[in-house]
Amino acid sequence: MSEQIEHLHDRPDLAPGDEEEVRIGPRLLGYLTGLGLSLLLTAISFFIAGTDLVWQPSIPVALVVLAIAQMGVHLVFFLHITSGPDNTNNVMALAFGLLIVFLVVGGSLWIMSHLNHNMMPMEQIMRMER
Amino acid sequence: MTETTYAYAQGDPHRLRGIQEAAVVHEGPAPKRIVTAYGFWIFLLSDIVMFACFFASYAVLLRQTAGGPSGAQLFDLRSTAAETAFLLLSSFACGLASIAADVRSARWFQAAMALTCVLGLGFLFLEAREFADLVGRGAGPTRSAFLSAFFTLVGCHGLHVSAGILWLLTMMAQVFAKGFRADILRRMLCFALFWHALDIIWVAIFSVVYLIGSGT
Repeated sequence: MSEQIEHLHDRPDLAPGDEEEVRIGPRLLGYLTGLGLSLLLTAISFFIAGTDLVWQPSIPVALVVLAIAQMGVHLVFFLHITSGPDNTNNVMALAFGLLIVFLVVGGSLWIMSHLNHNMMPMEQIMRMER
Repeated sequence: MTETTYAYAQGDPHRLRGIQEAAVVHEGPAPKRIVTAYGFWIFLLSDIVMFACFFASYAVLLRQTAGGPSGAQLFDLRSTAAETAFLLLSSFACGLASIAADVRSARWFQAAMALTCVLGLGFLFLEAREFADLVGRGAGPTRSAFLSAFFTLVGCHGLHVSAGILWLLTMMAQVFAKGFRADILRRMLCFALFWHALDIIWVAIFSVVYLIGSGT
């Protein structure tokens, strides 16, 4: 047990953006992989947005899912965020940031759609003001 | 309980002998490269939270066009695709510059940064042309709540890219004048984080603002 923990602490933490790999070849391959995957996901997004082949109401959901996937690709291959123990601090900060982002975006959409739904139609308000 | 176990329990109440021993080895402040980059990482996340507020307002105001043109009538998706390609390739070139900086190759570093700069300027040119076109067609930020939200969100990202290009040129000049000193390399690490983060925000913009926005 203690040997295992000391082994984990042998490696110092990594700065965000730094990667463990130091050889040029594998690092280049990593960036190329990221570029290829992003181009693929971008192409799928633009294709889906303009196509009649899929059920239309599913398009916005598909676009959001593709966007999140592409952000993941960027985080892993360009920003080198990993699940390793030398990256814990970076991941924790990211997770907190994402929590706030989802609260702000999701909360705003949720509340505003309910307000729209529950508000009196505009003509009725105008009539009351007269 | 004997005297010795009692004293031991006080020093290590959860009896995690191993962890405490390992932690002693790891004491002291983290290297400056980690402290600097981590601080900048926190800044980037707060910047992303700010963008999330703009995204929320755009999503809420998407249909509030006040009788004016909607996204489907305004957006030119071919231009958006070209902007996306420019920014994605410049992000890749920035990655090449990071590798060149780490192996201390000044020539490759300057070449990759110059490529990053050119691609970023191409992006900015397309965006400026799009904004000028919209304003010329009477669809400026004052036309409707939808267009206000659009110009705020996309314009804020464009301002970030402009600031990033100024920073990029500064880094090229500093590496040229001072070489790959530790402080210059730290700044380069922060710049790379910034540039890649801008690309991540652009992914959300082209998906939500342009592709979903032109479908409604």
